[in-house]
Parts: sequence; structure tokens; C-alpha cells
Amino acid sequence: MSWLRKLGRSGLSFFERLGRGHLFFMSILCGLPSLLPRGYLLVQQLFSVGVLSFLIILVAGLFVGMVLGLQGYNTLVDFGAEESLGVMVALSLVRELGPVVTALLFAGRAGSALTAEIGLMKATEQLSGMEMMAVDPIKRVIVPRFVAGMLAMPLLAAIFSAVGVMGGFLVGVGLLGVDDGAFWSQIQSRVDFNDDILNGVIKSMVFGVVVTWIALFEGYDAVPTSEGVSRATTRTVVHASLVVLGLDFVLTALMFD
Amino acid sequence: MTVENHNSDDVLVKVRGLGFSRGSRLIFDGVDLDIRRGKVTAIMGPSGTGKTTLLKLIGGQLRPDQGSIEVDGQNVHKLRRSALFELRKRMGMLFQSGALLTDINVFDNVAFPVREHTKLPEELVRDLVLMKLQAVGLRGARDLMPSELSGGMARRVALARAIVLDPMMIMYDEPFTGQDPISKGVLVELIHKLNDALGLTSVVVSHDVSETAAIADYIYVLSGGKVVGQGTPEELARSDSEWVQQFMNAQPDGPVPFHYPAQDYVEDLMDGGEG
Repeated sequence: MSWLRKLGRSGLSFFERLGRGHLFFMSILCGLPSLLPRGYLLVQQLFSVGVLSFLIILVAGLFVGMVLGLQGYNTLVDFGAEESLGVMVALSLVRELGPVVTALLFAGRAGSALTAEIGLMKATEQLSGMEMMAVDPIKRVIVPRFVAGMLAMPLLAAIFSAVGVMGGFLVGVGLLGVDDGAFWSQIQSRVDFNDDILNGVIKSMVFGVVVTWIALFEGYDAVPTSEGVSRATTRTVVHASLVVLGLDFVLTALMFD
Repeated sequence: MTVENHNSDDVLVKVRGLGFSRGSRLIFDGVDLDIRRGKVTAIMGPSGTGKTTLLKLIGGQLRPDQGSIEVDGQNVHKLRRSALFELRKRMGMLFQSGALLTDINVFDNVAFPVREHTKLPEELVRDLVLMKLQAVGLRGARDLMPSELSGGMARRVALARAIVLDPMMIMYDEPFTGQDPISKGVLVELIHKLNDALGLTSVVVSHDVSETAAIADYIYVLSGGKVVGQGTPEELARSDSEWVQQFMNAQPDGPVPFHYPAQDYVEDLMDGGEG
């Protein structure tokens, strides 16, 4: 019977945490208006969440695009369809790989940093101290980071896709000799703004919200010890990545039927 | 619940029948305390008696299971969030770690509550911050980052931050723990002087007997969730409670045993690990 009891207990604690996570999300939403008079906090966070993730996105985007170009060419050339390489690379990136890979990298780079930062602020009583100074840490610390994550993700995903297409171009046109004009004109005619690009942006925005939410909650809910913070950081990366992959399936099913 | 009849103007913090537990562990079991205006009141007791918890209860960060806590006539745990925040603006708290914000320098740390709660022009903020830093002797350290401060300096900066909005009371959480003798002396002097000069009410939670007895007007000794002794430092020194004597004179054995409860020593050795 003990395993049944264990199962029940872990089930209960799972749902309790889920509930706390959603209450936390609600309090972030309620705190959003408080950001208006403190725009400078948002700028600071956009820098640390967005700008500092820029390089890894740039490099990853370039290589993913190059690999797509290489693999796509090898398959398409069998059917004499190597002119479609551009549109294949562009659609894969804009619809799927751009938002998803960016979100995974974002969880690893910015999400883990957010969790560690908030967790350490909790462990060193900085959040408690703010509360005692009558400053709401949700409004002062959490909300600016949340909005920064929400805004930075779509921008990073867009950069990822753009650089990826350039990578595909470099390999396909520069290295393998695909026709330059066909590469770009097929992209232009077959990539739709509403169906492809806008849906990609919506996806990346959703991922941005989810990853930042998980990262901030894990930090805020962390056990305030060094071990607790390290566990929370690991959980952020694991949970955020799994949720992004799961949500991607749902969103794809809804968007591209 | 019996509420003693004090002159309510004289008492700033009134704790009645306080009960609080963490999980299955009972931390407070019917604690009554009065903290008088303008005085330094110390709350002492061995580690793990919930002294810090008491400060968090007074500050409204935790909720008691039973009993009530009134600060300046307001029941802390019946206030709405906005009223509680208004009350907290008049309460300073000095955390054991200092709890300085690590991403901004000393000056901005002290200016933080002023900038958050007032719309004073920047020149005035500067004057105010420098005055408070001067009071704790760290005007010259304004450009340092918290990571560059020693533990004692960090506490003094946190103290400057706690008094920057001129609160009515300050709560000190273990101000002397882990300090060298000079820093201890500085903090003792500061707590005492600030209390008198600014007309504050101070609550000092500590287990450093000599430092605390030197500045406290009144001492409560807590143990096992109850108040086991109270009085002025002189009264406590003359207390006939064995427990209070053991604590105040730092004796290793007494009502608080040296040994953690265990089976008989000889029996334990003779068992020889058979079990």
C-alpha cells in the first residue's frame, strides 16, 4: 500500500505546485500595469534576456540553416527539384525550427539565468527585504523580466529564421550551385505572410510566455538554499523544453491543418 | 484570551496568545509580548526558537495560527494588502544577511525605498541618502557594490536603508551574529544611538547575551515556544529560573541538557552493534 500512498502524495504535490504556478501567473498579469511608469526596468531586462542571448541565436541559426540546405539538397536533387531548396529551408525555419529551436536555446540561456537570479535573490532574502520595504517583488522584479522574455522571444526567433535562410543560401547557392534566382523567387511566391510568418510569430510569442513563466516561477518557488536553486535551474530547462515541444505539436495541429 | 490592561499609547507592538507551527513542529504556543515605544526591547533565546519567525509575524510576512499581533493599534493580519504595505513603510527591518540588492551600489540601495515610495527630486534624494550613510559612518563607501562590503559594513548599509524613510520602529534580526568585536561594538553603539536620536522603537532579536544586555531596556527570553523569562537586564541577571541562569551565563549543561536524548551510554556501548 505504501507505493499507492506515495503515488497519491506526489500527485497531490504536483497539483499543488501547478496551482501555485497559475496563481503566480495571475499575479504577474495583475502586476502588468505597474510596469508603465518604470520603463527603464524593462530596458535593463530586455538587454539581459534578449541582447545577451543574441550571439547563441545567431550562431545556432546559421548552422541549422546550413544543415537544412545540405540535407534538403541531397534529397531534392534526386527528384530534380533542387530549385525548391529555398522554400523548403524557409518554411521549415519560419514554421517550426525558428520558434522551437530558439525557445529551447532561450530556455537554456535566458531561462536558467532567470531562475538562478530569482532563486538567489530569494535565498539572500532580497525578495523578503523588498516586501518589508513595502515594495512588491512581483511588480518590481518579476513583471519586467516576464515582459522582456515575452518581447524578446519573437524577435530572437525572427532573427534565427532570417539567419537560417542565409545559411541555407550560403550552402545551397554558394556551395552546391542551386540557381540564385530560383532560390529567392520560390521563397517569395510560396511563403505566405499570414499562414507562415504570422503563425510562426504567434508560436514564438507563446513559447516566450511559457518559458519565461516557468523560469520565473521555478526561481520564485525555489527552496532558498544553494541545492534548491540548482535543482530549480535544472527543472526550468527540462520542463520548459518539454512544454515547448509538446505545445509546438498542439499549435502546429491547430494552425496548419 | 485574557488581554492585560496596558496603557495602549505606550505599547507599540502587542502580541497576544500567539500560536504558530511549521508542519508538525510547534514554534509558538501562547506567547504574550509588549514592545514599548521609544525603548529597545530584546527577544532572546537559543537558536531555533523562532526568533526570526516572530519578526516575520510582526511584519505580516507570515500568518499566526492563533492569537493576534497589533502594531500601532492595527491588527497586522486583518489589514488589506495595501494597508499592510502602508504600515510596513513605517517599519524598518534589518535582515541577518543585510538583504542588500546585489545588482546596484550602496548609494542606490539606500535610495531604493525613497525612489520607490516618494517622488522627491534627485538632489533631495542625494542629500537624504548621504545623511543616512553619514549616520552609519559609510558616506565614503557610497560607490561600492554590496559584494565589496564586509559583513559588518553590509549590515550598516542595510541599517541606513532601514532608517531612510524615518520609520517608527526597526526590527533587528540577529545583528551581532558572525561579527568581529569591533563591528559588534559599532552595531551596539549604532542601535543605541539611533534609537535615542531618532525616537525609534527597536526590537532586537539575538542570542548574544552581553551585547544585547548592554543596550536593551527590556528582555524577553523565549524557549520551547513560550516566554520563560522577562524583565530588565538586571532583573534577569538576578532571576531564580535555572533556565534563564543557564542561558544568561552561557553554561553548557543545565535544564537544557548537553546531550541530545539517547539511550543509556553504557548500554549503547555494550550493544556492540548487534541490533
